[in-house]
Amino acid sequence: MSPVNAVLRRELRSYFVTPVAYVFLVIFLVLAGILTFYAGDFYERGQADLQPFFTMHPWLYLILVPAITMRMWAEEAKGGTLELLLTLPLTLWQAMLGKFLAAWLFIGLALLLTFPIWITVNYLGSPDNGVILAGYLGSWLMAGSFVAIGACLSALTRSQVVAFILTALVCVLLILVGQPQVLDFFSGTLPRKLINAVAHLSMLRHFEAIARGVLDVRDLVYFLLSTLGWLAAGVLLLDLKRTR
Amino acid sequence: MIETDQLTRRYGNLTAVDALSIRVEPGQVLGLLGPNGAGKSTAMRMIAGFLLPSSGTARVCGHDIGREPLQAKRALGYLPEGAPSYGEMTVREFLQFIARMRGLSGEAAYRRFDAVVQQLQLEEVLGLCIDTLSKGLRRRVGLAQAILHDPPVLMLDEPTDGLDPNQKHAVRQLIDVMARDRTILISTHLLEEVHALCNRVAIIARGKLLADATPAELEARSRYHGAVSFSAPGSGMSQEMLGRLPQVAAIEVDPLDGRITVFPKPGARVLEPVETLLREQGLEVSEIQLERGRLDEVFRQITTGGDVAEGRA
Repeated sequence: MSPVNAVLRRELRSYFVTPVAYVFLVIFLVLAGILTFYAGDFYERGQADLQPFFTMHPWLYLILVPAITMRMWAEEAKGGTLELLLTLPLTLWQAMLGKFLAAWLFIGLALLLTFPIWITVNYLGSPDNGVILAGYLGSWLMAGSFVAIGACLSALTRSQVVAFILTALVCVLLILVGQPQVLDFFSGTLPRKLINAVAHLSMLRHFEAIARGVLDVRDLVYFLLSTLGWLAAGVLLLDLKRTR
Repeated sequence: MIETDQLTRRYGNLTAVDALSIRVEPGQVLGLLGPNGAGKSTAMRMIAGFLLPSSGTARVCGHDIGREPLQAKRALGYLPEGAPSYGEMTVREFLQFIARMRGLSGEAAYRRFDAVVQQLQLEEVLGLCIDTLSKGLRRRVGLAQAILHDPPVLMLDEPTDGLDPNQKHAVRQLIDVMARDRTILISTHLLEEVHALCNRVAIIARGKLLADATPAELEARSRYHGAVSFSAPGSGMSQEMLGRLPQVAAIEVDPLDGRITVFPKPGARVLEPVETLLREQGLEVSEIQLERGRLDEVFRQITTGGDVAEGRA
């Protein structure tokens, strides 16, 4: 079995041995339900789709993804197991990938467990299930980017609290940066081209396109590249730690 | 085989390891001995590939740790300082994880697992969480992890720290058995361990290699090497006569228990003349001891910069 697989299995198991997994799953599912049916006006809209459900996902991830990723490297650095792990025959990329995949798959599981909402909407009406599938895919891809950010920032510090706060901060910036309010605020001071470029960095903009059922290659590439970029930055941080 | 070549590690202005060059061959057990903070662990972390050297290199079985890290790490079994392990895993899960990481599978994995569990007497705790284990047991789990893939090179950072005397004995026996065809580097600040385990000692302090010799050679540097000590009540008058023996350099009397130590002149033997003299004087001596030399004394001299021993080496 490859080292990536071994790390992945160990990480996943550690979620379920400690209460992390169950706390996450329960809170994620409860919040997803409440936000969709109450805050999202699921019934009042009178439309058979999951738009209100997916709209809440960035905000759910904002709190819950850092909770999953904060311990990823910080705990290993603090407990000394980092030395054990990195003196085993595997590359930093393999270690990073194993941990990333574990967290990403776990969030995938949480997404799968929201299936009652999908059943509900199919029971009440006849939604476009292709759009819903795209929404799930987009949500999962966005979660991947969030996890990669968390993985990188967890490698930065030995403190899980610091890792959590930094991750949440970066994620909220990336969510908000494309919002009209934020862009308007800067429109007077910054050149238009820069504002446009910054707007394209926004998670929300890319996610909303996919969630509407528009699978644009550019949006997929955005999430893929940002995930890889943050993972690469994390690997770089881990490598830098060895010289410090 | 472990080789380091001018291995150096700096933290800002502090040089933790300073141009360390050592070479450990198969069949050798080298004890890295030094005061706390001497750079033992830092040196080991570089050899294991966890820390990058500021300059210099290390090779494990000929594989440069910078250029061929995976090959070097495969050849190495490493017990980091404090024997870290994943506390939420059971001993069985943890060792299975290590086996997978080491690429062990199928029949071979089971065989090694069973052998190691037996060697370190972990049968009864296999199902327990590592978090709940005592310090000694955790250390044994750490050792099991290090030897699981039956590596040609072993590097153990304070392998018997926190073990009780029986466990220490068991671990030393294990290392003894493994030493026959392997390269072993251990770090310790326990001098007794050097006697029990090592056939070579490297003393480092402030990051520098200060001595590299066999334990016997180091003992020979001691002022006590070849000295004779005995307890004889009412031997006050014979001290003067002992001092007149041509082989004797000095005499010391322990102010607490009155034990007399007779130091030889360089190259001289004092045991026979002292015994003869005592017999002639008709003094009752319950026991008489020929000293091999005291490692702790040599260790102190070397690591605190004293050069008293040089003339007697």
